[in-house]
Amino acid sequence: MFSFLFRRLLVLIPTYIGITLTAFVFIRVIPGDPILVMSGERSPSPEKYAELMHAFGFDQPLWKQYFDYVGNLLQGNFGDSIVTGRPVLEEFFELFPATVELAAFALFFALIIGIPAGIIAAVKRGTFYDHTLMTISLTGFSMPLFWWALLLIVFFSGYLGWTPVSGRISALYFFDTPTGFMLIDSWLSDEEGAFKSAVMHLILPAVALGTIPMATFARQSRSAMLETLGEDFIKTARAKGLSPFKVTVVHAFRNALIPIITVIGLSVGVLLGGAILTETIFSWPGIGKWMVDSIFRRDYPVVQGGLILIATIVIMVNLTVDILYGVIDPRISKKGH
Amino acid sequence: MKKSIIAAAVLAGGMIMSGQAMAAKTLVYCSEGSPEGFDAALYTSGTTFDASANTMFDGLVNFKVGTTEVVPGVAESWDVSVDGLELTFKLRPGVKFHSTKNFTPTRDLNADDIIFSFKRQMDKENPYYKENNGNFGYWNAMDMSNLINDVVKVDDLTVKFMLDHPEAPIVSNMAMAFASIQSAEYGAQLVASGKLGDLNQKPVGTGPFQFVGYKKDSVIRYAKNTQYWGEQAKIDNLVFSITTDASVRFQKMKAGECHAMPYPNPADIADIRSTDGINMMEQEGLNVGYLAYNTEKDKFKDVRVRKALNYAINKDAIKQVVFNGEASVAKNPIPPTIWSYDQSTVDDAYDVDKAKALLKEAGISGFKTNIWAMPVQRPYNPDAKKMAELIQADWAKIGVDAEIVTFEWGEYLKRSKAGEHDTVLLGWTGDNGDPDNFLRVLLGCAAAKSGDNRARWCNAEFEQELQDALLSTDPEVRTTAYENAQKIFKKEAPWATIAHSTVFMPISNKVSGYKIDPLGGHFFHNVDLK
Repeated sequence: MFSFLFRRLLVLIPTYIGITLTAFVFIRVIPGDPILVMSGERSPSPEKYAELMHAFGFDQPLWKQYFDYVGNLLQGNFGDSIVTGRPVLEEFFELFPATVELAAFALFFALIIGIPAGIIAAVKRGTFYDHTLMTISLTGFSMPLFWWALLLIVFFSGYLGWTPVSGRISALYFFDTPTGFMLIDSWLSDEEGAFKSAVMHLILPAVALGTIPMATFARQSRSAMLETLGEDFIKTARAKGLSPFKVTVVHAFRNALIPIITVIGLSVGVLLGGAILTETIFSWPGIGKWMVDSIFRRDYPVVQGGLILIATIVIMVNLTVDILYGVIDPRISKKGH
Repeated sequence: MKKSIIAAAVLAGGMIMSGQAMAAKTLVYCSEGSPEGFDAALYTSGTTFDASANTMFDGLVNFKVGTTEVVPGVAESWDVSVDGLELTFKLRPGVKFHSTKNFTPTRDLNADDIIFSFKRQMDKENPYYKENNGNFGYWNAMDMSNLINDVVKVDDLTVKFMLDHPEAPIVSNMAMAFASIQSAEYGAQLVASGKLGDLNQKPVGTGPFQFVGYKKDSVIRYAKNTQYWGEQAKIDNLVFSITTDASVRFQKMKAGECHAMPYPNPADIADIRSTDGINMMEQEGLNVGYLAYNTEKDKFKDVRVRKALNYAINKDAIKQVVFNGEASVAKNPIPPTIWSYDQSTVDDAYDVDKAKALLKEAGISGFKTNIWAMPVQRPYNPDAKKMAELIQADWAKIGVDAEIVTFEWGEYLKRSKAGEHDTVLLGWTGDNGDPDNFLRVLLGCAAAKSGDNRARWCNAEFEQELQDALLSTDPEVRTTAYENAQKIFKKEAPWATIAHSTVFMPISNKVSGYKIDPLGGHFFHNVDLK
């Protein structure tokens, strides 16, 4: 297990070189610069512009800017936002809990609906249930997120009035948020109705964001289960007279878990990517919206730092998934997969 | 845990709050974006000004809400010397800065605060200048360092600006957001603690509302400043609920989650007008959208060619298609809501035959050119690409073959400033209600040199009128000069003036006293809630 982990960690070095380089180059190949974009029609004189570019260090050769940046990164300094002047890390950790909360509930929604649906479809293969569930799942998978989110708002908030339109909590509440997780902070606060407001605000964005992963989980669980249900040990289990429930859940599902966990691990990247759109539509103050705003403003340090931090999370989740493989199926870590 | 709750009023149709909290009046404004910070001098965007200067700060002078009239702010009166080189402000006694979690003022506003507010933008040795790399948006764009030589204290309540040259709009400039008055005492406290950035994050002003807190990208909370020197706000709390998507803002209005919203989606306007409980306020904007001809290029040097192209553009069609009819066709380079607007101007009305005849007279049968169309929506032009396509089709009728060109926004501004275009679509929203802020900034000879004058047109006669107006403080002299300037502009046609767009503000019918600001700001201190 130790050498398995060590090998995994070693791969991170070239990965990080790639990430920092991509993050650095990516924002700079987009035309325009922070000074021009911030000033818009009210741009400074060419002399003042040159002075500002110099003051921010943007007139330095790119390789020098890159090495300075990496040098600072190695000391844990992600730099300050050009727009707000605040440290990138501080802004990230202020907004990150909102994204985690949203992604976690989207994942929860996707799991509790997606996996049982996939199992049912596999067990009832070729029946009306199977066709219906897979049609719904294909529809969910094909739905453009932006359109789906607006549709949810118009129907549930606008027409039925069941849920609030956007935000994390009613704008009328204003209390300290020590954890950054609104469900926890609103629970800890003794504001009447705050927790309920936070829950109600979370429902639509979580459903919108969780729809595509839900569809993926359903399809993946179905195919993994179908494969396992055809194995000899399942036939043996049935022959032993075990109940269909026990055969399906204890024997078949447990062995179908590996491909399912792979998809769950990969879906974290999808959730973070989808969070960008979801957060924009639902005015959800997370890192997705923060990144979009920063790209539009050419806020180099924020875009670079944000990309690196998001990539780190995706890497960590994938690493956890790899370790989980080892736990579920010890052959994998022993084989040095 | 600290309960800074101001959980407050019940919003129309929607929110259920606890009974005890109902007394306070809380207005929720669904704002269109996150402020970049709260120090307006660092930025140029209206979103940031609404969250900072327009709620929490005063200038030496202010604009009377709903007008471009300059009224006293923290200065009671002002005086311009005969030679126009000294501008003296007499400050109002007893003006209090906000007391916040981070700062408790020990004195009232005085001349030191005025000096601090300006010196940090002009003095390269000032710690705040260094902290922000001298990136003071408006100060730089308006080249204020070449206008203001110094700011000096005459006595505690008198401050004098020493100018390099006379400039009539200087008093109006002092009402702009970048000239908001900051506390020198707070500034010094932050320098001592090494937290200079807090001037931009934890603002302290003298305005009608004071800062309570900001949850990034989510909510900004203000409370009434009960020690305000002027008429106190009628509402107790003001909340900016940041909602970037225009359609979602409308849904929030409908659901009673906010009382007011700016910038509705053009496609929603008819729907908003027919929604119960929402009043759609509208007003002609203080803006102009135009197409500038690059007069340095040979093909546009002949005024007959420029005029011919103007006659060939069907502006009514543009108004209908691009603006959904919600605009007025522009005939002058300044909007009709600004003083000195020349009513007598006759526009270059759509006339294809006249256009062809003029081209023939100029000895041209047709030519190739380009139309630059910006990639972003602006208040003065909601769809530049569509506008360019309409102009392209119009010009094709007189044998002019135009290619549509576009770039990323920053690049677009940079390249058009460098004069790479043949013709370019752009526009302007007024900053201070002075015609100078349109005519000299966009059409003056200095702007032709710097590139802000996209027509790169420098006309001696026109420039003389601008200078006459700039040097005089007599409104009559200035009005005549600007009217003459508009006549020269129309004769010379460096631009095709396209449209002045309409500004909309959907507002709950529970709100009274709201006035649309011609300069595009959003102010709530005169507003009351039923």
